Amino acid sequence: MIQFDKVVKRFGDVTVLRELDFHVKPAERVTLIGPSGSGKTTILRLLMTLERVTSGTIEVDGQCLSHMKRGDRTVPADEKHLRQVRKKIGMVFQQFNLFPNMNVLRNITEAPVRALGVPREQAEEKARELLEMVELSDKALAHPSQLSGGQQQRVAIARALAMEPEVLLLDEVTSALDPELVSGVQSLLRDIARSSNLTLLCVTHEMNFARDISHRVLMFDQGQIVEDGPPEQIFNEPEQQRTRDFLQAVLDA
Amino acid sequence: MIWDWNWALEILPQLLTQGLLVTVQATLGGAVLAFALGLVVALLRRSRRAYISRPVGAVMEFIRSTPLLVQLFVLYYVLPDFGFKMTALTTGIIGLGVHYAAYTSEVYRAGIDGVPKGQWEAAIALNMPRPYTWISIVLPQAVRRALPALGNYVVAIFKESPQLSVITVVDVVGLARGVGSESFRYLEPMTIAGLFFLLIAIPASMLIRRMERRLDT
Repeated sequence: MIQFDKVVKRFGDVTVLRELDFHVKPAERVTLIGPSGSGKTTILRLLMTLERVTSGTIEVDGQCLSHMKRGDRTVPADEKHLRQVRKKIGMVFQQFNLFPNMNVLRNITEAPVRALGVPREQAEEKARELLEMVELSDKALAHPSQLSGGQQQRVAIARALAMEPEVLLLDEVTSALDPELVSGVQSLLRDIARSSNLTLLCVTHEMNFARDISHRVLMFDQGQIVEDGPPEQIFNEPEQQRTRDFLQAVLDA
Repeated sequence: MIWDWNWALEILPQLLTQGLLVTVQATLGGAVLAFALGLVVALLRRSRRAYISRPVGAVMEFIRSTPLLVQLFVLYYVLPDFGFKMTALTTGIIGLGVHYAAYTSEVYRAGIDGVPKGQWEAAIALNMPRPYTWISIVLPQAVRRALPALGNYVVAIFKESPQLSVITVVDVVGLARGVGSESFRYLEPMTIAGLFFLLIAIPASMLIRRMERRLDT
């Protein structure tokens, strides 16, 4: 489903990803862990086309994300191509990024209506189903500023799912939440993960959540994968010293 | 010179109806034009095509760097030589509108820059088409941020509107001067004209300050 091939990303003089290769199968749920600055979030941002690769290629569902063919030459993707590939991908952000000028219902329906051309009534019906799923049916007409962080994040999840993505990217989705709101959002995501065949790519510092939700865990350090395995192995018997140090540091915190 | 109440009351209705009407027309017309044109200019200046953004930027810089008075003279006395003929009031409204568009465009620019990066990123993540990213997400938030500053410019346009008298528009101040020169008494008409501005500008500024406070929270 997702294929990174020798991906390099530099910001000025700083190299964030060094010739990164990895592969995610359809419906696989992968969690990326590692210290800050190790490039985890950059991977999600590259997939969401919020950043462009410096070199290398990214494929999503067999389609190249970063480049396209023009004649028999390969050129950087243009906006039209990006829109085409982006359809398959959704993202939930650490800071929710709900639109403050719209109510909850409109936040969820705006993109399906504008980007996919779904009729408004149909989009609203779907939105209400999604709100029921995230247990916020009574907040359809509320504005984001009237909601708690946890509620805002649940709306953001509903908003991403309204576009019916095949790949969902979760970027530290509980990091900005008050501690007592974290478990609600996590259990919602667990339910969504188990009841759908979404391909999930998740960056988190919550190791229990990572253990629960993922088929596979990738340990990152300095823009490279240092360890790759099922959560039981990574968390219970890590092979690399770097992974052991990182987990120790996280558990002590 | 002693304040003559009787005469003051006698000229009051005339100043209030004819004079103030022109002032209000010039202000509202100028403000509406400045708001609309300013938004267009702000968007053009953000264009990625340099052959659009550069010239627009240069024209606005030129307008900001020359006096409104000169611009009004050119509009009213020079343009007709090239075949553009308009009434004095229309010319005045266009002059005020274009002049202040150079300022309101900066207000919009700040408003647009103030929309958090996360909003753009969410729009991309939802695959929103570019035009709708502007129409339904960025501009509503930018304009909301810009409102207090735009309100201040309405007050500024209001206070600058007497300058239109140089192109024969007779507003409150122009009328007051006319009444004064007929009777050689300037105290009453000019005081009344000044009071009009005070009575409108102060509540307007208070309203804007309240709006600012509300937007802050």
